[in-house]
Amino acid sequence: MRIELSSRKLRSEFVRKVVEISGQDLMLCYQCGKCSAGCPMGSAMDILPNQVLRLVQLGLEEDLAQTKTVWLCASCLTCTARCPKGVDLSRVMEAIRVLTLRKNRNYVEPSRMPPDAIADLPQIALVSGFRKLTS
Amino acid sequence: MDLAYYPGCTLKTRARNFEQSALAALAALGVNLVEMPRWNCCGTVYSLAEDDLVHHIAPVRNLALVKQAGQGKVVTLCAFCYNTLHRANLVMRDSPEKRTAITSFMDDVPAYAGEVQVAHLLQVLRDDIGWDKITARVRKPLKDVKIAAYYGCTLLRPQSAAIDSVERPTVLQDLVRALGGTAVDFPFATECCGAFQVVNNRDIVNERAKMIIGSAVRNGAGALAVSCPLCEYNLRQAQATLGQGNSGFTGLPLVYFTQLMALAFGLDPATCGFDQNSPQTQTWLRQQGLVS
Repeated sequence: MRIELSSRKLRSEFVRKVVEISGQDLMLCYQCGKCSAGCPMGSAMDILPNQVLRLVQLGLEEDLAQTKTVWLCASCLTCTARCPKGVDLSRVMEAIRVLTLRKNRNYVEPSRMPPDAIADLPQIALVSGFRKLTS
Repeated sequence: MDLAYYPGCTLKTRARNFEQSALAALAALGVNLVEMPRWNCCGTVYSLAEDDLVHHIAPVRNLALVKQAGQGKVVTLCAFCYNTLHRANLVMRDSPEKRTAITSFMDDVPAYAGEVQVAHLLQVLRDDIGWDKITARVRKPLKDVKIAAYYGCTLLRPQSAAIDSVERPTVLQDLVRALGGTAVDFPFATECCGAFQVVNNRDIVNERAKMIIGSAVRNGAGALAVSCPLCEYNLRQAQATLGQGNSGFTGLPLVYFTQLMALAFGLDPATCGFDQNSPQTQTWLRQQGLVS
């Protein structure tokens, strides 16, 4: 993938907000890939968790917006528990999600879900799913 | 011994079997789980955004009510509730600035600063009651019953909320052994089932279930002991799908650890609410002679 780097992107408002909302020092990550090795959702993602972190480090907001990885994160915290640098990647994933959700964009549209699916799902699934994937 | 108990939404509806069996098994141990008054949903997931304090109010309000009732400890059965209540409690205890902001949104409960201890039932069994006392109460040991213990995520991660070793927990296996059963180790005990992704991605959850259950089966498990209503739902619904056709997938019965306790204590199986378990689980219980 060809990418264009610039100091403008590295210091963008997007990067500043991700750092603020996640509370994480993104530059601690040295791309060892341990987060991706243990990620239970990795095989379903289009880019791996360590690549998400790399794109945020470089301020590549548009490239990140074209991937679905943050929406497949289940917040299982396996990456958080194993990161050798102490980066809480689950919080970085959450920050990227909420920056979209706070623009009133739902990733899942509850009104379009099949009624029988909603009737079948337990409360714990519906509440957590809507908390994570709707605005 | 009386203990304040926080049920949460799913234990009152889709996981009544979990609650009923826990209340019965604990009563047999002389422990009375007393449901706390005026509880509300904890929100199920802990807010991971630093600036999202409003979602901490739901769990914190419950903890303030426990304090108001004069209790120093609250027990949960649901692994998600445990995680959310416990972590919100740490925010109130350790972050004065956030505590002040959260408190300013609550005017119907007394001031709260993390005084209540949040415990999962497995911690109470291990640390307060002890395996010896549990073994002493067994009337029908789970003899020759091979059970894999499945933890999922929220009892173990993050480290600050872990009830046991993050990577190699033993509390569920220890309970199975205390009940006279055989605990089967398998490498997917702490792997995520896909959790809330089930609302949008059943295929992924089904794939996760296939790996988790397949691994337990290959290691000789006859059943899987679970502690989270979302894991139980995901693995159960996935098996209904995976078992169709000629895939060779045989599945695995799922039981809450509290149901195993009630059975080993020789209590009436009616206290276990097995009608909410899968037909496969009910068949297995009869085959094992655990239910007549």
